[in-house]
Amino acid sequence: MVTGVLPLALEDATKTIQAFLLTGKEYVCLMALHGDVEEKKVQAVLEEFVGDILQRPPVRAAVRRDVRKRRIYYIRDVEMGGRDVLFRVGCQAGTYIRKLVYDMGEVLGVGAHMRELRRTRAGSFTDGESFSLYDLMELSEAKTEEREVLARRMVKPMESAFEYVPRIYIRDSTVSSICHGAELAVPGIVRLSESIVPKMSIALFTLKDELVALSKALMSSDQMMKEDHGLAAKTVRVIMPAETYPRMWKTKTVTVQA
Amino acid sequence: MSQRAPWEEQRKLLVKLEEETDPALGCPPTKRPLDQHLRFGLINLDKPSGPSSHEVVAWVKRMLRMKHAGHGGTLETFARLEQSDGYRRASSSS
Repeated sequence: MVTGVLPLALEDATKTIQAFLLTGKEYVCLMALHGDVEEKKVQAVLEEFVGDILQRPPVRAAVRRDVRKRRIYYIRDVEMGGRDVLFRVGCQAGTYIRKLVYDMGEVLGVGAHMRELRRTRAGSFTDGESFSLYDLMELSEAKTEEREVLARRMVKPMESAFEYVPRIYIRDSTVSSICHGAELAVPGIVRLSESIVPKMSIALFTLKDELVALSKALMSSDQMMKEDHGLAAKTVRVIMPAETYPRMWKTKTVTVQA
Repeated sequence: MSQRAPWEEQRKLLVKLEEETDPALGCPPTKRPLDQHLRFGLINLDKPSGPSSHEVVAWVKRMLRMKHAGHGGTLETFARLEQSDGYRRASSSS
């Protein structure tokens, strides 16, 4: 049985979902061993899975079944009772825990399956801050004033999901051109994350912390700092409505540059 | 450094330009009027066991009378199937 953090996006925020899919996850997993194994050995074997692992997605999967590399950031809080093993695992997006547990069972030599799984984190969303379907029902039935209070408490701005996504803050005068699908050129950059490398998925923000678009980096952070012209990022998905910031670019200039 | 989980890494911002934003334009995310707050909103849902991620999205969408909704990261779409003994046996022996 699987429970836990499931980020939901409403209306226009639905466009940001691809960014969620890329963020790391954390789970608490209950593994059932198919034979008796010493606790020390279990600890040691589980630790071996930290780092890069190779995984082939299960037969019933939503993606192509090619072997792929996934990173296990950590395995912690291992507790054992008989053949049951409880542990916490932090992993890259797209890691199949059911498969991980199966592989752990193979290495342990006795076999194992996943009995229960709870997602405790998806990017910046953690299970201490989640709401149940009953909470949402309360919100849906609330009248105006109460509705506003509940909505503010239960619904978060879409920007809150981007806490761990590398980002670039852009000038007011650049926002409109990005909203119309243009690439981000270096002169539009105000601040940026230090870890950006070309091809990385990044997010563009206004100086008011509003999400403008999801982009793909064309330069590293160092290059963006050094250069005074050139294209820094390709716009992949525009999130902000185009009319939010006024159009400050001139068609002439654009034509000359192109 | 990249061995660490994103939420355990330190993030620094580099400053390229000193620039101000015009308060007359746009709106900080936390100050959006209610309709916009919902339109650009996310919910951190504690998914119960049983229904699939897709079913849960459909319920919430209907409950909150939204035109669009989606979820990030499927939590076991095939949960139903896996509850059956057959699948469990098949998946632990394959």
